[in-house]
Amino acid sequence: MAVIHDTIAAFELFQPASLEDALALRRKYGKVSWAFAGGLDSLDWFKDRIKRPEVVIDLSGVAEMKGIRESGEGVEIGALTTLTEIASNETIRSKYSLLSEAASQVATPQIRNQSTLGGNLSQDTRCWYYRGGWACYRAGGNICYADTPTSVNREHAIFEANRCVAVNPSDTAPALIVLDAQFVIHGPGGEREVSAEDYFITPATDIRRMTVLGPSDLLTAVRIPGTWSGARFYFEKVRDRQAWDFALVNVASAMKLSGNTIEDARIVVNAVGPRPLRLRDVERQLKGQTATEDVAEAAGELAILGARPLQHNAYKIPLMRNLVRRAIRTEA
Amino acid sequence: MSFFQWAQNPWGQEILVRISWDLFWLALFGGIAFVIGHLVWRSKHKEAPAAESSSPKAAALPERILRHPLGARFFHWSMSAAVFVLLVTGFFPVLGIQFDWVTIHWIAGLVLIGTVVYHIVHATFWQRLGNIWAGPSGMKELRQGLMNALGSAPPPPKPGKYPVEQQLFHHLVALASFGVILTGLLMMVRVENPLFARNPYLLQDSTWGWVYVLHGLSAVGLVTMVIAHVYFAVLPEKRWMTMSMIAGWISKKDFLAHHDPDRWVVTEEAKNP
Repeated sequence: MAVIHDTIAAFELFQPASLEDALALRRKYGKVSWAFAGGLDSLDWFKDRIKRPEVVIDLSGVAEMKGIRESGEGVEIGALTTLTEIASNETIRSKYSLLSEAASQVATPQIRNQSTLGGNLSQDTRCWYYRGGWACYRAGGNICYADTPTSVNREHAIFEANRCVAVNPSDTAPALIVLDAQFVIHGPGGEREVSAEDYFITPATDIRRMTVLGPSDLLTAVRIPGTWSGARFYFEKVRDRQAWDFALVNVASAMKLSGNTIEDARIVVNAVGPRPLRLRDVERQLKGQTATEDVAEAAGELAILGARPLQHNAYKIPLMRNLVRRAIRTEA
Repeated sequence: MSFFQWAQNPWGQEILVRISWDLFWLALFGGIAFVIGHLVWRSKHKEAPAAESSSPKAAALPERILRHPLGARFFHWSMSAAVFVLLVTGFFPVLGIQFDWVTIHWIAGLVLIGTVVYHIVHATFWQRLGNIWAGPSGMKELRQGLMNALGSAPPPPKPGKYPVEQQLFHHLVALASFGVILTGLLMMVRVENPLFARNPYLLQDSTWGWVYVLHGLSAVGLVTMVIAHVYFAVLPEKRWMTMSMIAGWISKKDFLAHHDPDRWVVTEEAKNP
């Protein structure tokens, strides 16, 4: 169980000044190392002494992983770029306002000044049984404490639960999936690109991870193509309070319209499952349709098909249905 | 090296969670070590050519003798496929190879159950159970065979349909299979599937720990057994036996070289493969 300590357990700290050095450290220490970016997620774990890495690699000195660069028709964002930078960057605001909107709704201004895009995408789930140090599936045990008749599971999954019912908490992840982003990962095999959608995994694939990142990997950058640049975007995050809170459900969408006809659409919902949920059926249904109230209503109903609520989170079903409906209606 | 993984439950009690994955590596390298050890021994001990049988039954034998009827072959290969899929889906994620394995795993488990049930019925009503049973005389022959391998005893007598090593291997595989099946069926109530209503609280957490441990021990046992089985199957001197699991029959020559016609009484049906 979690015991709050005054001090963090000892670890060896490395502060590489280049990506090459950071990758060498990841390769050398692998599983016993911890990649430390903004520290917002990491310090919680360390202070509760639930995660006790032997080696912490502080990435804050790696200049190659910072900044926003225009590249061809798209843009490349370093994984260490802060959410404040993303929310206020002119290029992002003009071409990909979906992402700046999502970044601006994370937590509080102070946290956004410190937290990074890579951290927001790769953060661990907020399930409090897991974060409280309970020996659940995700922590290496063989049980889910959040899925019992008396569990406090109001924030947990209604889709894709597989033994573990935790959800992905990121706000920027659904926006980047909508924007067709590619995540640049450096690992022992060199550089590789993974689509934003494939970056996130479910417990059926690996119950102890939320992303494809292996113990020696680093997410170094995010590349957004020009595909959806300037489309009509919608982002909405519903949370218990209007700041410093994770999403109960959020929705990100993009549409290309020709007059009032939807030529193409992307809709992704997060905090309803272990990974951001791309609503492909809804996207298919929307293509070629006129964006009307009826179409939005039907899309909302389609979006929630297959939802399986736990004891205390059935409210997420109408919430998700309404968010999808609003995304389409607002864009119309 | 550790044997088990432990965790603390909400009441502060240390409970078993599963086997340590060190045991997987032990089973894997144990199997490889056995193969290497046997190859070394084999290179130094050439098998003497078998003596011709003097049994009067030998003369009446046809050129081909049925060793594995179609039903037995069907069971063997379908079980092999199920076990292969189970091992891949069970252990590849442990090795860090990520894929959506849970559904494939329990479906393969159900296929394994189906094949085992079929085998029990088929073997009970259509085959002689005594052929596969390793009795006390088999143990004596095993001992004599081991002593012979060490050079301190004459070769054991030729076996009936199955040599004692195969009989014992069958019993070990059966034990491990029942282990994974019984525990696997219990574990199915913890995952979403169309057969059982999900109930992770069917058993106490400490009991679940034992279920996971027995499942793991049976599974890593199968790893070693599969390595040994495949190794013997590809050995040149055992190829006649492997081929019989494909074609069903063995030649009269192989029959007389490796079996005692008085102990494996060839039925009329087996004379017409």
